[in-house]
Amino acid sequence: MRVKEFLLSFLIVAGAAFCFLGSLGLARLPDTFTRLHGPSKATTLGIGCMALASLVWFTVTRREPSVHELLVIVFVALTTPISAHMVARAALHRRLPVWRGEAPPQ
Amino acid sequence: MPLRRLLPHPWRSLGVLVLWLLLNNSLHPGHIVLGAAIGCVLPLVTARFWPSTAAIRRPWRVVAFTAMVIFDVIVANLRVARAVLGPVSRLRPGFARVPLDLTTDVGITVLAQTITLTPGTLSADLSPDRRTLIVHYLDEPDAESVVAAIKSRYERPLKEIFG
Repeated sequence: MRVKEFLLSFLIVAGAAFCFLGSLGLARLPDTFTRLHGPSKATTLGIGCMALASLVWFTVTRREPSVHELLVIVFVALTTPISAHMVARAALHRRLPVWRGEAPPQ
Repeated sequence: MPLRRLLPHPWRSLGVLVLWLLLNNSLHPGHIVLGAAIGCVLPLVTARFWPSTAAIRRPWRVVAFTAMVIFDVIVANLRVARAVLGPVSRLRPGFARVPLDLTTDVGITVLAQTITLTPGTLSADLSPDRRTLIVHYLDEPDAESVVAAIKSRYERPLKEIFG
């Protein structure tokens, strides 16, 4: 089953790559607000890809239908923006320095 | 009508049942019965914690909107990847104020979530009067284009869904 192996490898590698890029953004970008962009988007897609890989592997290879990975994807997609929003809001209220551009509105 | 009294929130009950079956990853009859029982009891017990209910006016629009958001999440990741790997000094971040036409809590919440998951933007704060959303963007020429894009691409379909 070449197709299945290609699909699984692609999903796992893409998921790992997106998670890595999100973490790299957290490390490289200059201020709190820009740093939030990496993890909030990349982890959602990265974890989504890995959960899909798990779903495909268990369902196709082990012949045990496995769908609770979908819940992981849904809950990550629901909760990640909330934590990002809370961090951004706390940063606004504490008036943390902004790297470039005008000061945040109050 | 006794059925109405037993199941005042049929959609919530169905949601709990589906959630239960997904959590247990099983369609065993025992789990269906247990999930149905929890689905009956849980909405009754938690009814007073639900702040507001949202009427979805056009259900088929939800599917189209979800598909669009999934596509945009992938685009968002490619753009963040480019921003992270490219020279950081070229980024043009800033804040934009998005005036809201949506009025329901659920509508505003879904819009704020969508903004955070989609390309280049992050919802940062909601004004106390709930009429302006403060959005941070990572790399855009100006705030006006961000506001226009959010309003036409995400707020208009949500307005059709939630009213």
